[in-house]
Amino acid sequence: MIAFFQSFLGPEWGFAVGYTLAILALAVSLLVMLAFLLLFDRKVWAAVQMRKGPNVVGPFGLLQSFADFFKFVFKEIVIPAGADKTVFLLAPLITFVLAMAAWAVVPVGEGWVIADINVGILYIFAISSLGVYGIIMGGWASNSKYPFLGGLRSAAQMVSYEVAIGFVIITVLLVVGSLNLSEIVRAQAGGIQNWFVIGGTLPVPLLLLPMFVIFFISALAETNRPPFDLPEAESELVAGYQVEYSSTPYLLFMIGEYLNIVLMCAMISILFLGGWHPPVDLVPFTLVPGVIWFILKVWVIFFLFAMVKAMVPRYRYDQLMRLGWKLFLPTALVWTILIAGLMIYARPDLPPAL
Amino acid sequence: MAETQIRNFSINFGPQHPAAHGVLRLVLELDGEIVERVDPHIGLLHRGTEKLIEYKTYLQSVPYFDRLDYVAPMSQEHGFALAVEKLLGCEVPRRAQFIRVLFSEISRLLSHLLNVTTQVMDVGALTPPLWGFEEREKLMVFYERVSGSRMHAAYIRPGGVHQDLPPGLADYIYTFIEEFPAVLDDIEGLLTENRIFKQRNVDIGVVDEETALAWGFSGVMVRGSGMAWDLRRAQPYEVYSELDFDIPVGRNGDCYDRYLCRMDEMRESIKIMKQCLDLMPEGPIKTLDKKISPPRRGEMKHSMEALIHHFKLYTEGYHVPPGEVYAAVEAPKGEFGVYLVADGTNKPYRCKIRAPGFAHLQAMDHLCKGHMLADVSAVLGSLDIVFGEIDR
Repeated sequence: MIAFFQSFLGPEWGFAVGYTLAILALAVSLLVMLAFLLLFDRKVWAAVQMRKGPNVVGPFGLLQSFADFFKFVFKEIVIPAGADKTVFLLAPLITFVLAMAAWAVVPVGEGWVIADINVGILYIFAISSLGVYGIIMGGWASNSKYPFLGGLRSAAQMVSYEVAIGFVIITVLLVVGSLNLSEIVRAQAGGIQNWFVIGGTLPVPLLLLPMFVIFFISALAETNRPPFDLPEAESELVAGYQVEYSSTPYLLFMIGEYLNIVLMCAMISILFLGGWHPPVDLVPFTLVPGVIWFILKVWVIFFLFAMVKAMVPRYRYDQLMRLGWKLFLPTALVWTILIAGLMIYARPDLPPAL
Repeated sequence: MAETQIRNFSINFGPQHPAAHGVLRLVLELDGEIVERVDPHIGLLHRGTEKLIEYKTYLQSVPYFDRLDYVAPMSQEHGFALAVEKLLGCEVPRRAQFIRVLFSEISRLLSHLLNVTTQVMDVGALTPPLWGFEEREKLMVFYERVSGSRMHAAYIRPGGVHQDLPPGLADYIYTFIEEFPAVLDDIEGLLTENRIFKQRNVDIGVVDEETALAWGFSGVMVRGSGMAWDLRRAQPYEVYSELDFDIPVGRNGDCYDRYLCRMDEMRESIKIMKQCLDLMPEGPIKTLDKKISPPRRGEMKHSMEALIHHFKLYTEGYHVPPGEVYAAVEAPKGEFGVYLVADGTNKPYRCKIRAPGFAHLQAMDHLCKGHMLADVSAVLGSLDIVFGEIDR
């Protein structure tokens, strides 16, 4: 696409226009998909609870998210008297912008990526680590007690689970030998048996399955989804760091949060479920564009997220910490060492260790 | 380094809080996440029930009892009816006794369903409440069919019950009895062995025997700690002594045991309801004393005496001989007692209501000290608090 624009706009303008359009296309389709994911989330939840869920706005409630969007946008922004105005408004912006920014390196199809950088996974990791700032700032700037506690909780929680996620990612990196997300997906080509959740190129099948499980659960914690939704625990902190937010700032928090969830779903599908590759490397499946497979996988993972939300009680703060530091971290650490050893043993073509 | 003053973090838990079970205001003093002090502030739902009753005839007082523990209204009416009947010395026909027991147990289901599922909601699972409400809806329909009202029934009145069961209701209740255990199984399947649920409830808010006795606990709060104290067994009223049912007892007295107790009690209630329907004889549903129970409408069409009775009963009401009495029922939340002082007029001289939740709530500080913030809502949920009866 860049080349197409460059051909008649010149190298600089073509580059700028091409990228702008690409970013716009990704952002818009992402947000539209998000609207329906939100509805899907609520519908799944409703089904588990034997309710109908949103079904008034549009057929099957399909336009519910858009109605909600306009409701938030048209409301008045209430800023508490004691709040630090700048930080208070900056916080949701940070959450939203970071959540969007992370998508720059996510390959949704073969070659369908805005920035195909070599350290893609590090970039995502860095951006999602920054995400906690939005919450802490929101909790702090509200100058209110529940948000403050919520902010504290989420800071500790996100930091703890990032460590586990980091090690899980390292195991995948070791197997692939690249930090480039597209490369990681390419390494899983050739059908479901090559996906890392099943076996990939490893000599032993199902070796990365525990890492998949840990990543999935840590992703729940990282995105403040139940059973790890302590920062916004309804029965304890009312709504945590969001208590004082209303209108568009709240909307931004909300979108940012869901974008992060979708990002985690995308990461799971990229790292473990073969990204844009079809499950079977045969004709009817390979005819479907890679993007469709990718989106399908994201929705399946998101369905799991929604089901977890519908079914589990919430962890307590200390239990959450215990799970993160005493269970996930050691397991992931041991697994990293195991995989590293296995790679040295199984891949003699790698350069020898010093 | 200069000495710095460290101040505990104190927050207002309620009265506008999703887990405050109504209008409870807890002032919490926190050291990080650890709770140092819990100070319940009550009275936001005070309506002066006890004082109001002093200005109402005995029959007019009945609806006030619906509004105490509005989750299980008939249990309260039952307590008041027992007290008045004791003073009047009137016999309640057997059919009425069975109907009373039947609806007391329906009330127990109503209350336990709400409590168990909201306790679960307090620890973060949002699905069981909706499953429970589905069943509560059916139970409220039973209320409605028998009294015309879904909640504030005013059905169990001194002397008996207001009306006989409408035709066909027994069959509906039978169907419910058959279907309900499956729903309980579903809820239990989601919770009882759930690891997160257990982690949140086991060894939280432990009530030992000593505490339970010292703080005046009753009901599940006592039985959860291993003491088989149930007024239905210890001081049987109505026909409970003829019915076959068990008293579930916990072992550790923690939130989890109380949850299990309530679940088992619901299964026992089902058993009692079934027996009530099977054993219920035909016959009158309120006392035959014309000075207490109003005449049937048909009678009033041709009997002058009945018309006069009706007029007198619904204006002046009946006079209760002087004396004082304490009557208690095993309400879903514990011992619900009514202490009545009658001075021979048509209105009570004094009516003191012993609400079980009040005794339980005052132990909040004792139970929560040293636990974490999240446990406060778990403990609160397992105490089974309803503000109608605490604030009165």
